[in-house]
Amino acid sequence: MANLGPLNPSQVSSGTVSDFLRSYLTVGIFLGVAVTIVSALLGVSALLRPNKPSPQKSIVYESGVDPVGTGWSQSQVRYYIFALLFVMFDVEAVFIFPWAVRLEAYGVFGLVEMGIFIFVLFLGLVYAWRKGVLRWV
Amino acid sequence: MSAVVLAELAYWQVSILRVLGLLAAVLLPSGTIVYLFLFKMMSFMQSRLGPMEAGPYGSMQLLAEVGKFLQKEDLFPDGADRKVFAWAPIVVVASTFIMYTVVPFGPDAWFANIPTGIYFALAVSSVSVIGILMAGWASANKYSLMGGLRSAGQLIAYELPLVLAVLGVVIQAGTMDMQGIVAAQRNGEIFGIGFIGNPYIITQFVGFAVFMIAMQAELTQPPFDMPVAESELVAGYLTEYSGFRFLLFFIGEYATAGAFSAIAAVLFLGGWSLPGIGFDADIMNVLGPIVMLTKMMLIVFLVMWFRFTYPRLREDQLQIFAWKYLIPISLVNIAVTAVLKVAF
Repeated sequence: MANLGPLNPSQVSSGTVSDFLRSYLTVGIFLGVAVTIVSALLGVSALLRPNKPSPQKSIVYESGVDPVGTGWSQSQVRYYIFALLFVMFDVEAVFIFPWAVRLEAYGVFGLVEMGIFIFVLFLGLVYAWRKGVLRWV
Repeated sequence: MSAVVLAELAYWQVSILRVLGLLAAVLLPSGTIVYLFLFKMMSFMQSRLGPMEAGPYGSMQLLAEVGKFLQKEDLFPDGADRKVFAWAPIVVVASTFIMYTVVPFGPDAWFANIPTGIYFALAVSSVSVIGILMAGWASANKYSLMGGLRSAGQLIAYELPLVLAVLGVVIQAGTMDMQGIVAAQRNGEIFGIGFIGNPYIITQFVGFAVFMIAMQAELTQPPFDMPVAESELVAGYLTEYSGFRFLLFFIGEYATAGAFSAIAAVLFLGGWSLPGIGFDADIMNVLGPIVMLTKMMLIVFLVMWFRFTYPRLREDQLQIFAWKYLIPISLVNIAVTAVLKVAF
């Protein structure tokens, strides 16, 4: 087992736990600001805009003719295999990120380990390719 | 606004400053992008003048557009899922606002100091997919449904090359912190020459190219605009939207273009730092945002140049391009970057 070295303090945190949580509080504040501003603009719009509903206006648009059937019609989901592949690769990415940050400390040991990992991942893509699922039929 | 001044302010005062900074950071670039690139550059590339009436050279056109959309009737189609329909544009805009939280504009001019900054930004950027799916589903329109599904398929396919291209930069910088990535590029050197540092566009050029292509697809700009392809799907998930809710999607699209270009500027062009001026110098809090804005506009110029030049891809070509070309290329890029990082 290679020596992984001590964690570099500058990468672990930049201050106390309170600062850490406060930076996520900023995210919450920004979310609130976004929703508030958008709602305010929609409110201004509600004061200014006309409101004259008519049955003709609220028919959904289907190239100018009356819509056939319901809007939620059955359609072929062509890419559900893509969605499965996406989940696979995205979970792999979660594993690769921490390794990428600590690569300097892991050295050759980490390189070989992750080489095998990425190779297996690549094999999965090749398998899907050979099976012919990477087609938008 | 130096570190000393910031330290003296109470938390709520800092928060108000940050909110004002956020509004400037979201609205200024997106307004500039729409006026400068979408109105004027597109017109000049098509041998016409573009808007000329509102203000000098049509510079007030944006305000006129907002004024116009504010007065439009807000229509809900028959059978629509009204709550979801109403909330979809808000979700898209909110995800854009949050993307900006991790972008640094100077040594003290940052919003939130999140150690996993770039990862957070990528995660938040994919929330807008949910908004688009909500819009497509709730409209009760076949075109909207198709557009929403196409959009989801496209955004997840190009999410992967985007994430994998960023991994190359994370390997080289050794940190996910946005400020850390700026510092790593400033302190880096290429073959012992450290005059301009090491902007990763040089050492990560493959990653940069993949990132730019994936970014274009994530923004659904032509040539990757199949979700709203007007000759096939009318306007995709936007078909049933009218008035200000439509404008919100539009604002969200160009504000996201600004956010992605800011992230690209930090990752590949060296962020806000200027060679020759100290990394922590107070003056950089003023110069930094200007430098960032310049680099962002450079990136957006590239995106728009592609947009106005290339014809639209076909839907199957789009998927094949992501899965059979971009993902293998970016996996190889990660492997090569890792080997070189350990070797040197």
